[in-house]
Amino acid sequence: MEKFTTLSAVAAALPEDNIDTDKIIPARFLKTTQRTGLGKYAFDSMRYRPDGSENPDFILNREPWRKAEILVTYDNLGCGSSREHAPWALLDFGIRCVIAPSFADIFFNNCFKNGILPIALPRDVCDQLMSDSTMGSNARLTIDLPRQVVIRPDGEEVPFEIDPFRKHMLLEGLDDIGQTLQHDTEIKTFEQKVDGERPWMPTITLD
Amino acid sequence: MVPRTLFDKIWDHHVVETLPDGTSILYIDRHLLHEVTSPQAFEGLRLAGRRLRHPEMTMAVVDHNVPTSDRTQPIEEPESRNQIETLERNVKEFGVPYFPLLSASQGIVHVVGPEQGISLPGMTIVCGDSHTSTHGAMGALAFGIGTSEVEHVMATQTILQRPAKNMRVTVEGQLAPGVSAKDVMLSIIGHIGTAGGTGYVIEFAGSAIRGLDMAGRMTICNMSIEAGARAGLVAPDDTTFDYVRNRPFAPKGEGFEHAVTFWRTLVTDEGAHFDKDVALRAEDIAPSLTWGTSPETVLPITGNVPDPAQEPDESKRAQMQRMLDYMGLEAGQKIAGTPVDVVFIGSCTNSRIEDLRAAAQVAAGRKVADGVRAMIVPGSGLVKRQAEEEGLDQIFLDAGFEWREAGCSMCLGMNPDKLTPGQRCASTSNRNFEGRQGPGGRTHLLSPAMAAAAAVTGCLTDARELV
Repeated sequence: MEKFTTLSAVAAALPEDNIDTDKIIPARFLKTTQRTGLGKYAFDSMRYRPDGSENPDFILNREPWRKAEILVTYDNLGCGSSREHAPWALLDFGIRCVIAPSFADIFFNNCFKNGILPIALPRDVCDQLMSDSTMGSNARLTIDLPRQVVIRPDGEEVPFEIDPFRKHMLLEGLDDIGQTLQHDTEIKTFEQKVDGERPWMPTITLD
Repeated sequence: MVPRTLFDKIWDHHVVETLPDGTSILYIDRHLLHEVTSPQAFEGLRLAGRRLRHPEMTMAVVDHNVPTSDRTQPIEEPESRNQIETLERNVKEFGVPYFPLLSASQGIVHVVGPEQGISLPGMTIVCGDSHTSTHGAMGALAFGIGTSEVEHVMATQTILQRPAKNMRVTVEGQLAPGVSAKDVMLSIIGHIGTAGGTGYVIEFAGSAIRGLDMAGRMTICNMSIEAGARAGLVAPDDTTFDYVRNRPFAPKGEGFEHAVTFWRTLVTDEGAHFDKDVALRAEDIAPSLTWGTSPETVLPITGNVPDPAQEPDESKRAQMQRMLDYMGLEAGQKIAGTPVDVVFIGSCTNSRIEDLRAAAQVAAGRKVADGVRAMIVPGSGLVKRQAEEEGLDQIFLDAGFEWREAGCSMCLGMNPDKLTPGQRCASTSNRNFEGRQGPGGRTHLLSPAMAAAAAVTGCLTDARELV
């Protein structure tokens, strides 16, 4: 996973509540067995017209937001399905940071697993950042993860909260599995304890 | 000892270790796999040279992509076929118990787990699918995870997690005739909103919930995620134990009795703390449905579509108007009487035998209205067989419904069962997002009885008028 330290980039505003994972990537594009190459399907129904051509009105089809690496939305971003294809599509499109007043739980989790930083900020702050983003290429937002601040184009710093473990994993680009396997002895001890306490617990075996 | 909630107890039973920052390594008892969210996880294991830690605690089934037409024919769609074949190679390589497409036990993963006795009370259950919350009806802590987490569970049989907050939704009283579990859950979502449960595990309690059969409890827990909660729970009781007894993978004989003794301890203690408490009265719940493109846009069937002009917040007003435009509805119109093109009875929310019986009761002796396509997609091969033994298939076929094979089908349109742009669907599924059932498709979420009523009248109809 790519490390996340600081990011200075164009931000695009999608001023909507409840942007669901079907909107981020519809189910018909989940037939891949890969993690990569999904960027072309991101926001399919908003980005393309029924004939397949680009919708010129959609923010991510316009300069400079075509190269946006930060997305700012309203409440409950990523609600719906658990599909990790949603952050995969965002990442492949180039998005490294999503900012919203609130996120759906599974999507929030999935972002961290892919080096995307989700930042929760109050709605009025999101409004300010959306307003900043309309200034286009002159309006780069800077995300400073070590210092936990979003720096607005006028230099104002907006602090944000992040779980220390997740911050560490993002900064180092670490994969959870390796970390957890360092606790293999504890997992084995737990398994022996449960086997003793609940011997009736069945296993699944098929002929 | 501090009184604990049901969630607290299951959580405590499964914590392997709590790390200094408060994250816990949580042990997972059952890992359910399907073809869409697992291939990248298996690939990750392979690339890292890791093994699947506990194949005997893992189960796989194909459901999302499978055609619901004749299964003996090859799968036409090459990408769907590839995903299914990829799962088959993976389960073979890693030794995962698997219900293949042509097995009578194949079906939607959230129908198969409980039906086989694989999902049991007190367990932690995960699956790369948000509707894993369904299994919470067993009194298990069950939630959806992303593919990176799927790989984590494969390699470690654990997940990294912080405890959720506790929410209780209590529904006391007696449901009126013609009101089902689906109506209860739609009303709850309408009440608390699609983000109302974010960060919480919801325990459903009260006499109206206790009075539901297991299928009804599964419908409720299934849509916890539509209320924003990753997991829903119903405390296990005699209804649960009677359901579990004699299931193929449930404990047997003396083991079952020991299990029940343990399962009886899985109740919220008197005085346990809930961070949020919500109460609904059963008597206030009417047959309900959604009018918009978010599951919280709930109306009683006797109601009128809301008017955005009444909404003070500008961005919310614009969103409501967009929903009306997308759905092809007018502000203030009566929702009953709106013509439908398609009726879909199925999905992990409402495809169990009890759901099909409710639909058949309305369909019996009637005909699907002209111009309406109505499909019944049972949740599993076993549900289908049971329905056929009860003669339900004949009721549906006589009425002009399609009687199909088990799978996720038109809930999310990954297989050929899709809406075309502009088509309006009365659907027993769980999501009405734009394009969910096919690009441009319009979805109204409702109960099996209401879906059957829409099929035979050709429009959204109060099912109580037909029974």
